[in-house]
Amino acid sequence: MARGLAAGEISSRELTEDFLRRSERWQRTLNAYIEITGDRALATAKRIDALRCRGEKLGPLAGIPMALKDNISTRGVATTCASRVLAGYIPPYDAAVVEKLGDCPLLGKANLDEFAMGSSNSTSAYGPACNPWDPARSPGGSSGGSAALVAAGCAPFSLGTDTGGSVRQPAAFCGVTGFKPSYGRVSRWGLLPLAPSLDQVGVLTPSVEDCALVLQEIAGHDSRDATSAGMSVPDYRAALGTEVSGLKIGLCPEVLADCSRGVGSALAEAARELEKGGGQIISVSLPFLEEAMGAYLLIASAEAASSLARYDGVAYGYRPLSPTLAEMYLGSRVFGPEVLRRLLLGVCSQGKGGGNYELGQRVRRAIVSRLDALFGQVDLLLLPVVSHPAFRLDEEPDPLAMHYNDLYSIPANLAGLPALALPCGFSEGLPLSLQLMAPRFREDLLLAAGSWWQRRTDWHHRRPREVCS
Amino acid sequence: MTEMPVIGLEVHVQLKARAKLFCSCPTDFGAPPNSRVCPVCLGLPGALPIINNQAVLLAVRGALALGAEVSTSSTFDRKHYFYPDLPKGYQVSQNLRPLAHGGRVPTPMGQVDLLRIHIEEDAGKLSHTEDSTLIDYNRSGQALLEIVTAPCLSGAKQARVFLEILRRALVYAGVCDGRLEEGSMRCDANLSLGGGGRVEIKNLNSFRGVEKALAYELERQSRARAEGRTVLGETRRWDEAGAATRVMRTKGQAQDYWFLPEPDLPPLVIGADLRRQARGDLPEMPWTKEKRFTDDYGLSPAASSGLTKTRTMADYFEAVVAAGCKARQAANFLLGEGSKGPRGAGLPSPGQLALLLCELEQGRLSPTGAKAVFARMLTGETAREALRAVGSQLTDREYLEKLAAEVVAANPKAKADYLGGRKRALGFFIGAAMAASGGRAHPALLRKILVSLLTKNKV
Repeated sequence: MARGLAAGEISSRELTEDFLRRSERWQRTLNAYIEITGDRALATAKRIDALRCRGEKLGPLAGIPMALKDNISTRGVATTCASRVLAGYIPPYDAAVVEKLGDCPLLGKANLDEFAMGSSNSTSAYGPACNPWDPARSPGGSSGGSAALVAAGCAPFSLGTDTGGSVRQPAAFCGVTGFKPSYGRVSRWGLLPLAPSLDQVGVLTPSVEDCALVLQEIAGHDSRDATSAGMSVPDYRAALGTEVSGLKIGLCPEVLADCSRGVGSALAEAARELEKGGGQIISVSLPFLEEAMGAYLLIASAEAASSLARYDGVAYGYRPLSPTLAEMYLGSRVFGPEVLRRLLLGVCSQGKGGGNYELGQRVRRAIVSRLDALFGQVDLLLLPVVSHPAFRLDEEPDPLAMHYNDLYSIPANLAGLPALALPCGFSEGLPLSLQLMAPRFREDLLLAAGSWWQRRTDWHHRRPREVCS
Repeated sequence: MTEMPVIGLEVHVQLKARAKLFCSCPTDFGAPPNSRVCPVCLGLPGALPIINNQAVLLAVRGALALGAEVSTSSTFDRKHYFYPDLPKGYQVSQNLRPLAHGGRVPTPMGQVDLLRIHIEEDAGKLSHTEDSTLIDYNRSGQALLEIVTAPCLSGAKQARVFLEILRRALVYAGVCDGRLEEGSMRCDANLSLGGGGRVEIKNLNSFRGVEKALAYELERQSRARAEGRTVLGETRRWDEAGAATRVMRTKGQAQDYWFLPEPDLPPLVIGADLRRQARGDLPEMPWTKEKRFTDDYGLSPAASSGLTKTRTMADYFEAVVAAGCKARQAANFLLGEGSKGPRGAGLPSPGQLALLLCELEQGRLSPTGAKAVFARMLTGETAREALRAVGSQLTDREYLEKLAAEVVAANPKAKADYLGGRKRALGFFIGAAMAASGGRAHPALLRKILVSLLTKNKV
């Protein structure tokens, strides 16, 4: 696509119009957008075409349209976090990633779970997004809209955010490539926070190759984000052609045993492929997954309660006309049930000396050191993303069971590791995915292994048939 | 039976940083409301804090100036509570690991020990009108230094004196501009009496207010005790107009703060370089200077205190002395005539003033004449020019005798008074003659002539 644009075979405007038409067609089925920003997209596309005509030097992604999860601040475009609490909020500034991708026409803001709390996209105040492989099923969450749009071919790429698997799980449910970079690799400036010590912007694309292109653009230090990493960004494209031979890949047999048959066998098959390619599979043990999830819940809910403390129902969003101040406060309490559940957990678990948050952090530190030790023995970890394919929207698991969707993803967030979700099979017409995890700032290893995998397989080329409603 | 009160203060000091604590918005006072704001200090979702290094340097300098132990690594915490002036729903402060521990401030009523010193951000400013409340976020996010004393103050007066000395020290160190009327220093006080409940008094923004509120509260509590009533632990506020403290919150309604380590900010590391830089800028503290002035220059405690009120004044005094003027002469002049006119840049150079004061010292100039010379020097004349213009003191005996005779002849009633035993009438004659000479008559000589003239006539 980028080559076509550069060669002048196709204009950004044609490309953008094409994706907008497709987006409009799918929207009724998928509800994957909260808002489609066609005018803005076309304005950017025309600007880029004009620049290209004049022979200006443009970035590799210039003119390629994109969708953004609606918790990423866009100047002049409503940013809702899929919550009524932020209804009508139009940020006066762009997120760092939006600035960096300023030459990419913005197709629209993608649906998500309210305040990115959820693994189904069904907690959105704007209604659930659906899975293009089967609209009765969830696209996953919280970046469900972002994943569905890439899977349905409505957007060439999208950005999501990953606090506890929120890019990887929807990527898996929708059969696209989902990348969560190391904590600090991509600036969080302008990203509406869920849990600031865990949040990271992630990339959803049809392939690892595309993923490397987007990551290259958005990665790097930002002086506005004190948690952003100072180290320089390597050339990720350089990693794309390399082999997996000699790589030591950790695999946990107990984890495979816990997966549904389809996921378990797809992962076992992937491990055999990697071995055939010269990789060395090493059996490892991950006895801390449940503890990691517990720590995650304590940390993420406390940080979320803090991040959302500003939404008092006055400065932002929905505010009813009420005769008294008290009624106005009460009437503007429009958080959804999942958000309320987590906020209550977050606030109630606070004690005098930091309470359960500190407990969560202690467990987190222990897990980080276990993972550090593990990565002394292996280069990569091979894991499932989720133990099962996409669930039906009407068979949604209960809130606690829902968290198990993130069981294999959470360690990467707790330890700030990069991780990659890759399509690796199908079960009853639904995509399955594997997950690779690497040491901090070894995005290159993931891209190398991922691109190798996608040269050997064609799972990522499969696309859902367009369902017309 | 009088019980010793236990008083502790929490002082919030606005750091003299050009930008706010976590963003680059300017901190100038009096700007139009909400004109010094950005996504960070408005607490817009997604905006992130970046620590202002100038504010950190000032904070460290302040802590060192007060003799506190600055931690190599301190951390920020979010202090959560709901209030309309707090746009994020939390204030970024330092709870578990503050910037500094300890420190002390000497006062004439005993040393005040400090418990801790930490950095935090200011909130917005609310203005209440008749039917609405307006919020100005220009102040939101400005850098504050919170200084917490041990509960060691013994009374309302000491609290005020402590605050005055603290203010002087922080202004000396260049940490704070000390402009109380602009809210540069604000204070909460804690007080308990003889095992009664601890009462917190909030919203004290003048030192006199602190003294009055504490005095009022001591009186209220001791009366309650005398009447056998229990003093409850509660939060009160000082009502300046009503000259009384009023209940804000009782214990049951206590504000429910909760803290979370600030995940957006890494620990604040104070390295050796920063510490050296902060210490390098540190001037002699006012209490040290005051003692040195008394010891080295033989000045009275009152004069030392007066001269060390500002660093500019103290430095000027020392320069005048260094230029050859006697210390006491310089002190008297600076605290008298010198304190009325302009300050700092408007003053003549120390060397020039020393010239003038030498003339005075050696009796070639009367105090009145010195005033005249000084006034001319303030308009830019050199000491020599001004002295020439005013003329040196008149010691000519013939002229002074003529002058005395005229004055005495013109005031027969005063003469009669003097002869009748009212010796104070002499002062009247001296003054009149002095005025007639344009302040140039030599006072001692004039006095002698007048006395002999008055007594001679008597015989």
